[in-house]
Amino acid sequence: MMKYLKKHPFDFSVIMVFSVFVTYSLFFHFNPGIEIFEKNFWTFLKEMLIALPVMFILIGLFDVWISKERVQKHIGDSSGTKGVLLVMLLAFVQAGPLYAAFPVAYILKKKGTSSVNIFIYLSSYTMAKVPMLTFEIGFLGLKFSLLRLVLSIPIFILIGIFMGKYFDKHKGTINEV
Amino acid sequence: MTYIIVLTVILTLISLAFDKKKTWKGIKKGAKQFINILPTLLSVIILISIVLYFVSDDVLMKYLGTDAGIGAYFSAGMIGAVAILPGFIAYPLAGILVKSGVSLSVIAVFISTLKMVGILTIPIEKRYFGLKVTLMRNALSFVGALIVGIMMALILNYL
Repeated sequence: MMKYLKKHPFDFSVIMVFSVFVTYSLFFHFNPGIEIFEKNFWTFLKEMLIALPVMFILIGLFDVWISKERVQKHIGDSSGTKGVLLVMLLAFVQAGPLYAAFPVAYILKKKGTSSVNIFIYLSSYTMAKVPMLTFEIGFLGLKFSLLRLVLSIPIFILIGIFMGKYFDKHKGTINEV
Repeated sequence: MTYIIVLTVILTLISLAFDKKKTWKGIKKGAKQFINILPTLLSVIILISIVLYFVSDDVLMKYLGTDAGIGAYFSAGMIGAVAILPGFIAYPLAGILVKSGVSLSVIAVFISTLKMVGILTIPIEKRYFGLKVTLMRNALSFVGALIVGIMMALILNYL
């Protein structure tokens, strides 16, 4: 428990101060405080406490069935449509921010993946990371997700192809950091 | 939301049928992640609650609403490009914004630039790819995100 508290010092300070503030507001009928608590905080909290545990179970299951390592093993220097689909799949199953993809891009390049596929891989980060899709469908709806995907995939593949070609033309290299 | 709950139940049952141990491991993994992000999530909800109390719907709409027109897409794109937010915070926030009246197409731009454009992480990206390629990829992704948003608006409004 102490370890848990120590891991999130900022968060727990915010929670503590807010608890005191809300208690004070309720006790002394301080209206802005009550409104922040009831109208905003409570509404948001309720929704998230229902949604998030379910989503995290889905993410956990996904993690044990399709691991990043498993997909990465199959990529190597595979090219053509199969290569494109594999790098996209790799991006889809990966969690984490975009900058977590740069070291992977370096490794892929070293293994012989083409520049175009590398940039498609980076571009795919925006489209459909499965863990994130869970949140997206949950909070913004299936219609939004499908529409965004259908529009994003061609646009960001084009950007990937363009960047890859440009990269090769100017003899770019990916550096190890 | 219902989709996700139904999907999770079905997938969990399928997973159980194939491999009990693996399923249990996955659920535990998910639960652990959830507990780990819970404090951050709570403090973020608190901060959003307070900020939204002071930022009235009018102000929000002025920059992100239909009145802002094409500017709303640009503002949303810039916010997404600068912000570094994990998905479990970005999506609930986006959901709150939609409820306040921000259109889905503007949110699509925000989500796309949030993931694809990282102004604050340019120094990191530059070390891998060099400055020129980095700037170009970010600029193109920004434009791509705007196109996604505008096409989505056209589809949602005219189809």
